[in-house]
Amino acid sequence: MGKIIVKKNLPEIKYDASIEDSKHISLSKKYDLFINGKNLKTKKYFKTINPATEEMLSEVAYADNKDVNKAVTSAKNAFNKHWKKTKPSDRGKYLFRIARIIQEKAREFSVIESMNGGKPIRESKSIDIPLAISHFFYYAGWADKLNYIKTNSKPEPLGVAGQIIPWNFPLLMAAWKIAPALACGNTVVIKSAETTPLTLYKLAEIIQEAEIPDGVVNIISGDGKTGSYLVDNSEVNKIAFTGSTEVGKHIMKSTAGSGKKLTLELGGKAANIIFEDAPVDAAIEGIINGIYFNQGHVCCAGSRLLVQENIADLVIKKLKSRMNYLRVGNPLDKNTDIGAINSKNQLKRITELVKSGVSEGAEIFQPQCTLPAKGFWFKPTFFSNVSQAHRIANEEIFGPVLSILTFRTPKEAIEKANNTFYGLSAGIWTSKGSKVFEVLKQIKAGVVWANTFNKFNPASPFGGFKESGFGREGGVHGLLPYLKD
Amino acid sequence: MDKLSTFLKEFRNPVDEIGTKERAAFLSGRSIKNESKIDFIKLAVSMIDLTTLEGKDTKGKVFSICQKAKYPLPDDDSIGSVAAVCVYPNMISDVAKFLDGTGIHIASVATAFPSGQYPLKLKIEDTIKAIESGADEIDMVISRGKFLEGDYNYVYNEIKTIKQVCEETSKKLSDKKNQKIEVHLKVILETGELETYDNVRMASFIGMMAGADFIKTSTGKVQPAATLPVTLIMLEAIRDFYNETGIMTGMKPAGGIRTTKDAISYLVMLNETLGINWMNNKMFRIGASSLLNDLLMQFKKQKSGYYQSSDYFTID
Repeated sequence: MGKIIVKKNLPEIKYDASIEDSKHISLSKKYDLFINGKNLKTKKYFKTINPATEEMLSEVAYADNKDVNKAVTSAKNAFNKHWKKTKPSDRGKYLFRIARIIQEKAREFSVIESMNGGKPIRESKSIDIPLAISHFFYYAGWADKLNYIKTNSKPEPLGVAGQIIPWNFPLLMAAWKIAPALACGNTVVIKSAETTPLTLYKLAEIIQEAEIPDGVVNIISGDGKTGSYLVDNSEVNKIAFTGSTEVGKHIMKSTAGSGKKLTLELGGKAANIIFEDAPVDAAIEGIINGIYFNQGHVCCAGSRLLVQENIADLVIKKLKSRMNYLRVGNPLDKNTDIGAINSKNQLKRITELVKSGVSEGAEIFQPQCTLPAKGFWFKPTFFSNVSQAHRIANEEIFGPVLSILTFRTPKEAIEKANNTFYGLSAGIWTSKGSKVFEVLKQIKAGVVWANTFNKFNPASPFGGFKESGFGREGGVHGLLPYLKD
Repeated sequence: MDKLSTFLKEFRNPVDEIGTKERAAFLSGRSIKNESKIDFIKLAVSMIDLTTLEGKDTKGKVFSICQKAKYPLPDDDSIGSVAAVCVYPNMISDVAKFLDGTGIHIASVATAFPSGQYPLKLKIEDTIKAIESGADEIDMVISRGKFLEGDYNYVYNEIKTIKQVCEETSKKLSDKKNQKIEVHLKVILETGELETYDNVRMASFIGMMAGADFIKTSTGKVQPAATLPVTLIMLEAIRDFYNETGIMTGMKPAGGIRTTKDAISYLVMLNETLGINWMNNKMFRIGASSLLNDLLMQFKKQKSGYYQSSDYFTID
C-alpha cells in the first residue's frame, strides 16, 4: 500500500478523437445512372470527393440531354404501363419497404452522408437519416388515404415528376421529394446535387432491394445543365426544385406556359429574434443551432440575429464564450460540432461575403480554433454592428456566418424581420406566450419557430414566402403539388 | 457591477425547461474514449465526496469508508485518494481521527439535515459542533419551506448566518490550535423539492449572494436527486454570477450518480459550461458512494481491456 496521494490539479483535459467506424460501408468506384431499374453507363463521368480531405470517393455518371430523355421516357412508360394502376395500398407498401431498409442501413447512410458532404456524423446520424426515414414512413401512410385530403374530388397523379435536389441534405431532400410523389402515384426522375450524389445512388440500391417496379424511380446526376435538360423536357409534368433563388428564377422562366406544375424551395435569410424576456441560455443554443448547424448550409438557417438592444451586450458576451466550445474538425469524429464546407466554390462564396462584411465596417468575431490543413474549412463566425444596409444582412451566405442586428421594440423587430426579399423561416425567443402569438402572426415566413430552431417533422409543412419560393413540402400540404388540382 | 444591476440583469433571465433538457442531453452525447477516458476517471475519483449518511452508521463503518477514501485501489497508486469523506455530525470525530494528516477533507452535513425544519439556534449549534469535532466542510440545507413560501430573505439570511458561524468558529479554532483552519460552506438546495428550474436558478443566486463556497443539488434523501439538467441550471447560474461579480463558486451534484458514464457526462457539462478553471476538486465535487467502484472498474478495464467482476473491488 503506497502513500496517500491527494491530487488537487490535473492537467487540462482533452477529448480524444472518437472516430465513427467507416470500414463497414460499401462504395463502388463508379456509379452509373439508375434508369428503368438498371444501371446505365454514360459517356462522361465526374469525380466526387470528401470535402474534409479532398480525397476522391467515387466517379459518377454525367447525364447529358440524351440520358435525361431516357430517364424521362422510362418514368413515363412506368407511369402509363403499371404505376398509375397500382393499388394505393401497394404504393404505401413499397414506401414502407424503402423506409425500413434505410432504417436497417442507417449507419452506412450516415457515414457516407458525412464523407461526401462534410457534415458532422452526429448530425447525419441524429437528423439527416432518421428524418429521411420518417418522411418515407409518413407518406407511406398517406398513399391509400388521399381521398380524405379534399372533399368532392378524386385524387389524381400528375405523371412524371422531375426533381432537383441540393447538396446540403442529400438523402433527406430526396426523401422529401420522392416520398410524396410516389404516395400520390407519380413516377420520378430525380437529379442529385453535383457535389453529393452518393447517398442517392445508395438509395437506388435500396429501391432495387425493395422491388419497386422498374422505372418508377430514376436517378441521374450531373451539373446545372443536366438539371436544365430535365426542366425543359416536355414529357415532364411537374418540377420540384430545391436550391438557389437564382436557379429557381431561371426554372420559373423556362417552365412558364409549359403547363408544368412547379414548386420551388429556395434561399432564405431568416430572422432569429431574441426579445429582452427570452430565456437567454436556451436562446444562445438556438442561435448556435440556427446558424452553425450543418456549417450554415441550411436554407432556413437563422442567419440574421435580431437582438433587443438592451440585452445585446449580454447575448454577444454569452455567444462569444459559447463559441469557444465549438469543436471544428473531422466530420467523422463523434464530438465534432462543425464539419467541412461542402465545396471549394462554396468556400469561395463565403470568404467573399465575409470580406464584404469586414470592408463595410461590421465587427467580426471568430473563436480560437485550428482548422485542418487539407479540405475546405471556415471558422464559425459572427458579425456585430450590422445594419439592414450591409450586404451580409441581406444576401444569403449559406455558411457558418451570422449577422447580428439590434432592435428597440417588438414593432421594430417585426419590421426588420420582414424587411428582406426572402421569407422561409424565422425564430422567436421570449418567455411570454402572448408575445409569441402576437409576433408570429405578423412574420412573413413559411416556418416560424418559438423558443427553438431548426426543428423538422414530416407532418409539418415547409416552404417559403417571396423569393424563398412557393409550394409546401411535408404534411398534407406536401401532397397537393403532386396531385391534379 | 452593483447589486441592483446584477439583480435586474440576472433575475429577469428566465430558464427554458425544454432547452435545458436538450442541452443536457446534447452534452451527455459527447464520446469520451481512450486516454481521455482515463483522465476523466482519475479526475472524477479525485472529486468524490465519499458519503455515508445513514441512521445505522457506526464507527466501524466510517473506519472502512475512510480507508477506502485513502486507498481507492490498494494495488495501484496511479489513482489518488478521493476529495473528502462526508458523514453525519456524530461521526465527525471518528472520521477526523482516521483521516488525520491525509489531506482528505472532512465534510459534515449540518443545519438539521436533511429537512432543515428546525430553529436557527439549533442549526447554528449543529454547525459549531461539527466544526469543533473536526469538519472543514459544512454541507448545510436551505429552508425549502420558507423558499416556497416566498420568504427569500429568510433563506438568504439563514445561509449568511451559517457562513458567519463557519468563519467565526474556524477562526477561534485556528487561534486555539495555532494553525490555519478554513471551513468551506456547501449549500444544499434540495432541487427535487424546489421542482422548477426557475426556482433552482433563483435559489442558486440566493446561495451565492449569501456567501456559499459551493452550491449542491441534493441531500440524496429526496427523489429526484442530482440530474444533468438541474446541474446545468446551477452551473449556468455559477457562470453568470462569476461574470457579474468575479466570484468563483463551486458545484456539487449529489445523489443518483452511480456510473462512470454519468460522472463523465457531468464533467463534460462542467468543462463546456464553466471551463478548465472549474475542472478540479477545489471547484467541483461529486457526492456519491457506489460511483467509486464503477469508476475503478472502468479504470481497470481501460488499462487491461477486460472487465473484472465486482469481487475484485473492495466493498467499503
